Amino acid sequence: MSILVIAEHDNQSLNPAMLKTMAAAQAMGDDIHMLVAGEGCQAVAAEAAQVAGVSKVLCADNAAYGHFLAENISALVADLGKDYSHIVTAATTTGKNFMPRVAALLDVAQVSDVIAVESADTFRRPIYAGNAIATVRCNEAIKVVTVRATAFDSVEATGGSAAIEAVDQVFSSDKVSFVGEELAESERPDLTSARVVISGGRGMQNGENFALLEGIADKLGAAIGASRAAVDAGFVPNDMQVGQTGKIVAPELYIAVGISGAIQHLAGMKDSKVIVAINKDEEAPIFQVADYGLVADLFDVLPALENAL
Amino acid sequence: MKILVAVKRVIDYNVKVRVKADQSNVDLSNVKMALNPFCEIAVEEAVRLKEKGVAEEVVVVSIGPKACQEQIRTALALGADRGVHIECDEMPDSLVAAKLLKEVVAEEAPQLVILGKQAIDSDNNQTGQMLGALTDMPQGTFASEVVVEGDSVQVTREVDGGLQTVKLTLPAIVTTDLRLNEPRYASLPNIMKAKRKPLDVKAASDMGVELTNNIELLSVEPPAERSAGVKVADVAELVEKLKNEAKVL
Ligand SMILES: Cc1cc2nc3c(=O)[nH]c(=O)nc-3n(C[C@H](O)[C@H](O)[C@H](O)COP(=O)(O)OP(=O)(O)OC[C@H]3O[C@@H](n4cnc5c(N)ncnc54)[C@H](O)[C@@H]3O)c2cc1C
Ligand SMILES: Nc1ncnc2c1ncn2[C@@H]1O[C@H](COP(=O)(O)O)[C@@H](O)[C@H]1O
Repeated sequence: MSILVIAEHDNQSLNPAMLKTMAAAQAMGDDIHMLVAGEGCQAVAAEAAQVAGVSKVLCADNAAYGHFLAENISALVADLGKDYSHIVTAATTTGKNFMPRVAALLDVAQVSDVIAVESADTFRRPIYAGNAIATVRCNEAIKVVTVRATAFDSVEATGGSAAIEAVDQVFSSDKVSFVGEELAESERPDLTSARVVISGGRGMQNGENFALLEGIADKLGAAIGASRAAVDAGFVPNDMQVGQTGKIVAPELYIAVGISGAIQHLAGMKDSKVIVAINKDEEAPIFQVADYGLVADLFDVLPALENAL
Repeated sequence: MKILVAVKRVIDYNVKVRVKADQSNVDLSNVKMALNPFCEIAVEEAVRLKEKGVAEEVVVVSIGPKACQEQIRTALALGADRGVHIECDEMPDSLVAAKLLKEVVAEEAPQLVILGKQAIDSDNNQTGQMLGALTDMPQGTFASEVVVEGDSVQVTREVDGGLQTVKLTLPAIVTTDLRLNEPRYASLPNIMKAKRKPLDVKAASDMGVELTNNIELLSVEPPAERSAGVKVADVAELVEKLKNEAKVL
């Protein structure tokens, strides 16, 4: 039986997390189909057809799928997914929103946030904010799985030449409608896939001071993140939150500035390759996971660091 | 309208769990337990809707062993009117919880069901969405704002790219994100009053739901520990180490 990977995209291009999700799917089995559901999403289907390891693309292009509303997408995926061994997507807010509905419609339990695939039915996943790693076996006929993309290496974006098949089932719930969205516009790399991330916490004191991180981020090509405290205090928007309940990042270099290092924050960044902590409190728990710690006032350090780069 | 809030008993979020020596599970003996933080936010939202006159009654439900009644009492002290405890020996997984909640929904017929977006023990983030599918209700997950308007509810959702707003026809499901509200503290008089509020207990085994968990826990390990690194004296040393030792610059 084949595996169905549900593509996340913005009707223009594939979310890079899908290349990592594909790597996880390949560890579960060989024949992988990708569903591209959206509105005016033909270009995404064409992009998906080139992804290494995709043997067929299913394209459901309909207004009902334009905003990826969970009610409509889950009905479509449950309908298409009945004959697959696995249904897989990324554990982003989009995947987390629709996938459990798919599982419930198929009457199977879901395995969330997989970080390693041991075999076709056995997975590893973090629990308790990453303070424990569970190995679980899914005894369901159809395995519904979301993948923590940062835990996998991307497959090649090109090289494949899958056939694209149109899907014409339309599921459109009249109980939900899209009202609007406020999406953050940023020239910076995406937080979850950036090579370098620099994050500010409550120690930044206000939103204006995040400008101190921008100069450094510009020089390093870094994305800017934040702790929950910084988001709650209104310094920066919610899409910048790193942690158990925000984004999970695993860059080559993570620089935590004015962040104490609560377990919920660590849950989102402790798989980074190199961690730097800048904090004036030498007892701050962040130093327990930092490769390089600098005990100093961030308002002295940040301008100096920008100059030194 | 009536609001149903599902609350889960979990480890207190300040406690760092330890894995048992035989790696069979985490060790929860003598660990402080609490209301899941997202469920606390769910209760607060429901109580605020009642205080605004939007809702008449707030019912809280918790599934699990007898001790869950402590968390139901906490929710009652925060302002919920009535509790339902679905008793079973083991905590059910999200699908089983959703199926049991579906039975409670059928009996209570709430206009709004509020759940946490995730339980901080399993970190599953599934139950509300599953309940939505099982009851054919629309959902507004990861809510940072909830506005009830007549027979619909407008929910602002925290998504990876920013915020998204959807409009749902009632009855509907909402799952809470951290910034939806800041829960109040229960006052001593309200804690006393909560002891006298009604709490119904039902056996999960009597609800016509298959209670087996199809995701088997094989083992639990501690995560790879990061060892603390070194302290650097100043920015110059930091940059030098990042360039020459870590080679990330
Ligand atoms: C259910 C739940 C989920 C959560 N999820 C998340 C999550 O996803 N992400 C997250 O981040 N948090 C999360 N939290 C919150 C978490 O518990 C902490 O409250 C939060 O991470 C603290 O943020 P902070 O480190 O910025 O603030 P604080 O803990 O207040 O730390 C500020 C730090 O800045 C330092 N500082 C202050 N001034 C300076 C200066 N001038 N120079 C240098 N250093 C300075 C201080 O020494 C201190 O260490 C969650 C909490 C709960 C209950
Ligand atoms: N045993 C339970 N009893 C009551 N509510 C639950 C239970 N398990 C999950 N929930 C609800 O579902 C939410 C999400 O849990 P989960 O999907 O397990 O992460 C929780 O915040 C609760 O609102």
